[in-house]
Amino acid sequence: MTALLQVEGLSVHFDTVRGVVRAVEDLSFAVERGQTVALVGESGSGKSTAALSLLRLLPPGAGRIAGGRVLLDGRDLLALPARDLRQVRGAAVGMIFQDPMMALNPVHTVGRQIAETLHHHLGQRGAAAEARVVELLRRVQVPAPEQRMRQYPHNLSGGMRQRVMMAMALACRPSLLIADEPTTALDVTVQAQVLSLIDELKAELGMAVLLITHDLGVVWETAQRVVVLYAGRKVEEGPVTEILTRPRHPYTAGLLRAAEWREDGGRLAEIPGSVPSPHAMPPGCAFAPRCPLADDRCRAAIPPIRPIGPAHTAACFRAEAA
Amino acid sequence: MTAPVLEARDLAKRFPVAGGFGGPKRVVHALSGVSLSVAAGETLAVVGESGCGKSTLANCLTGLMEPSGGSLLLEGADVAGILRDDPMRFRRRVQIVFQDPYASLNPRRSVGDTVADALRIHRLAPRARRRTRVAELLAEVGLAPEHLDRYPHELSGGQRQRVAIARALAVEPAVVVCDEPVSALDVSIQAQVINLLRDIQARRGVAYVFISHNLALVRHIARRIAVMYLGQVVELGDAAVLRRRMLHPYSRALFAAAPEIGRPSHDPDRPPPLSGDVPSPIDPPSGCRFHTRCPHAEARCGAEEPALRAVDDRLVRCHLAEGFSIPKEP
Repeated sequence: MTALLQVEGLSVHFDTVRGVVRAVEDLSFAVERGQTVALVGESGSGKSTAALSLLRLLPPGAGRIAGGRVLLDGRDLLALPARDLRQVRGAAVGMIFQDPMMALNPVHTVGRQIAETLHHHLGQRGAAAEARVVELLRRVQVPAPEQRMRQYPHNLSGGMRQRVMMAMALACRPSLLIADEPTTALDVTVQAQVLSLIDELKAELGMAVLLITHDLGVVWETAQRVVVLYAGRKVEEGPVTEILTRPRHPYTAGLLRAAEWREDGGRLAEIPGSVPSPHAMPPGCAFAPRCPLADDRCRAAIPPIRPIGPAHTAACFRAEAA
Repeated sequence: MTAPVLEARDLAKRFPVAGGFGGPKRVVHALSGVSLSVAAGETLAVVGESGCGKSTLANCLTGLMEPSGGSLLLEGADVAGILRDDPMRFRRRVQIVFQDPYASLNPRRSVGDTVADALRIHRLAPRARRRTRVAELLAEVGLAPEHLDRYPHELSGGQRQRVAIARALAVEPAVVVCDEPVSALDVSIQAQVINLLRDIQARRGVAYVFISHNLALVRHIARRIAVMYLGQVVELGDAAVLRRRMLHPYSRALFAAAPEIGRPSHDPDRPPPLSGDVPSPIDPPSGCRFHTRCPHAEARCGAEEPALRAVDDRLVRCHLAEGFSIPKEP
């Protein structure tokens, strides 16, 4: 059986005055039906660029998709005419973003914005659409939905706005939800509410989720598979329980150790240095300058992704030593 | 216990807000009766969610905002008096590091000038020695002499935060209030900055008031923890005691809500997530401010405001606190 979403060799480049920035390079992964896959990485890892590229949502002039395929149910979204792609966005694939205030229109009521999705994709309008809006808001646990639908985004709290975005994204019962840092701007108690809501809806609608996040705790609690990105490339992929307890790439291992806050207040294991500038990428492995295991081979050639365990891959020459 | 370097007693901060369209004036109660203190060389962490008043507290503790009520003591002396008579003296003792070093550093001034300003304004180093002293301070925060002539936009987020820390240390303060100092940084860089703060404390004996919403980090760095909710301290005690067991239902829910690697998906000890949002600090709920979201609330909680009182080696603001403590072994 083919995966719901199959990303193959995706590359996204930005043309800048200082040369071409390879924000995403040769990225491949798959999302099975009903599964949650987390795309994790720190700033500059390319995770958000990759997520936006899947639906060709990069602003014009910003980046260009330099290669690869994005197959949704076998259809290549990168080759689709714009008209057909519009039918995919918001229908087969829903998307929610970190900052719902930026994604919602401030001059329309939230009810109207949800109804617009229903009209555009399903042709629903009038009383039928309104009833469906109320039902959707109720489903995402917005209290008093009949009143809330007549309010504007600025009337709502951050958690409520994120729920409104979810109602919009779920209006057409998508088979895939792309969630780009959906809880990063929320308080931790509200984050817990939103994450458990996503989980419930996933089970109810049989929907798959592609979660983009930097928070490994969130990954542990929501995802089944995880794809770790560093400086635009995939460095490790596998089941969450495996990757977060027995990481094999030194970057993943370092990231986990750096967040291992121990209660004795001892020194944290740092990853020295910082992410290389996209204008001055090292010739070999991008992590080599910060890696405790790096040798001459790592500094000379980019390590290919290779299997190192059941359903577990890593891009590291020294994975066996990690 | 050593005498506190900085102490807040019953601190209050209210902001009047316009009612809008001729409506009645309303008041945001950002801080209501906050009492806490930090001793020399220790780290007090203040945790809470948006709207709990933790940043207002940071601003009041550093003299950037004038409290509406209560008092602040620096090494036992009234801060209002010091700020009136000799504000520079207060600023040499109490410094602040903000969340976003890009906003707190002047983009038009080089790193060296920014740090040297602190020495110049407080007359701590003669001009001839200033550059050497700045280089020493930069070395202390892990920056090289070549960073002296760089500008903030040429630095990474972690390096900028190091500059902000060097500037705070330049006046040799007794207390540094750190308002979410690593929240804007990537995890791999957070660890570097946290280790740096830890080393500086070990070397200089400076006290930190560490304001954060990152609960795991707070447990790691703090010797004492204060949990805030809607402008009040709801639980305050030694980190070691609070780690064993939190008593306030809000503290318990807050720490349980933080995702944690390795925790089983259905942990029976984990309280269920809180429902609802934090109420507005404009009209905080009557009685216990948490009663609208508290799974244990009784009629009394909505009517009678609980006092912050000692239960099981910590202070807690809950009528029912005893019920949440571990029963004594017979």
